[in-house]
Amino acid sequence: MKKLLGKMMNLGILAFLLAPHIAFAAGGGEIAPIVIVADSRHITGMMAWWANLYNESHLYFALLTVAIIPIIGVIFGLIADVIMKRIGIDLKSRELAEH
Amino acid sequence: MEWLYTLMPISGVTIFWPGLIILGIGVGIIGGFFGMGGAWMVTPGLNILGFPMAFAIGTDIAHMAGKSLISTMRHGRFGNVDYKLGFIMLGGTIAGFEAGAQMVMWLERMGSVEIIVRYLYLILLAFIAWMVFSDVYKRNKKEKEAIAAGREIDKLATGIEWHKTFQKIKIPPMIHLKTAGIYCSAWLPIMVSFITGWLAGILGIGGGLIRMPSLIYIIGCPTYIAVGTDLFEVMISGLYGAATYTFKGRTELLAALIMLVGAAVGAQIGTVATKYIKGYGIRIAFGCAVIGCAVSIVLKLIPTYFPSVKVLCDVTATVTVLGVVSVLSIYIFVKMLAGARKEIAAKKATVL
Repeated sequence: MKKLLGKMMNLGILAFLLAPHIAFAAGGGEIAPIVIVADSRHITGMMAWWANLYNESHLYFALLTVAIIPIIGVIFGLIADVIMKRIGIDLKSRELAEH
Repeated sequence: MEWLYTLMPISGVTIFWPGLIILGIGVGIIGGFFGMGGAWMVTPGLNILGFPMAFAIGTDIAHMAGKSLISTMRHGRFGNVDYKLGFIMLGGTIAGFEAGAQMVMWLERMGSVEIIVRYLYLILLAFIAWMVFSDVYKRNKKEKEAIAAGREIDKLATGIEWHKTFQKIKIPPMIHLKTAGIYCSAWLPIMVSFITGWLAGILGIGGGLIRMPSLIYIIGCPTYIAVGTDLFEVMISGLYGAATYTFKGRTELLAALIMLVGAAVGAQIGTVATKYIKGYGIRIAFGCAVIGCAVSIVLKLIPTYFPSVKVLCDVTATVTVLGVVSVLSIYIFVKMLAGARKEIAAKKATVL
């Protein structure tokens, strides 16, 4: 079962990387066909690089976004783990007292 | 006070960033506690902060993916996530979602999409609220009857027991969901996920608001497992949504990351609170959230018939949504704090 779940997870990750360009919609209904260009003239450093990446390729921008969000999420989750353990909250068990 | 404002590189608007963190904390708490993404709460909040509508949905979905991941990690540690059920439902959810989205496009061609969607949403919310409170009422009645008869009610007893009827369907293959403690036909979660995904696709929402009660009342999951498993689904669909919206150029990643800072804290609070608030406490609070959402939809429908009150209704809808978010967040936070204090005090007493 674990092997099967592992395979399914890998397929899921692959689908994320390949599916966005063929996806029809993902909530919120249809989006108006407006081309948005990020104005990178007044920003510098990381922000300017980010805005330029957006202007150059939405695909790379999307891939980076999809990679960054889970990484940041995991980091925040792990930091919170450490803090809660220090406080003394038991993170591994809960009493099933009610349905 | 200029340092409190930051320029968003993609949309080009200047945003009050502490507002994003506060919003993140609020929806993080509610999302982690109820097992939903909470798009209905975030979009008006982002609008108030000055976000263009084109970016509000994409940014919300991107932050939702990260927030749900944090909550899922935590729920996973508590043993609240039935991964097998989650994976089985995933296919149905995505297929249903696309079917729903296609149907919306068909309705758009007919020119009546907005009003149909809002009415459908309203009917659905009214049904969910009725289901939750009717369940609570029936369980209380059972409890009173048990007390009158001089016995104690079964701790796992529920008010509405539709899941028992659905679990009687024996179409192969049958599956055993260990974490949820359910033995049923595989078609039950597949059909439930397809229908809830289809509804979510039509309504343009993540689906947690529909899937969470469906997991409880149709599949028969305990409340905790429903919350954890639903968050797992929201996480996956959130990542998928973030990918598609970003590819369409509608995500402001910087805002999503700032919100994620708040949501990370909120998600922890909300998730840990499920340890201290009993299953039916979660259901009642969820029912209140559904009512808040329904009221905001009604307020958005009124201007269709009375355009002169549009501004008043919009403001009232936003105040209602943010009010519900604030009250529920504070309630969950206070309960979590009280529970944690108790647990820590009990631990100290054991050590002594």
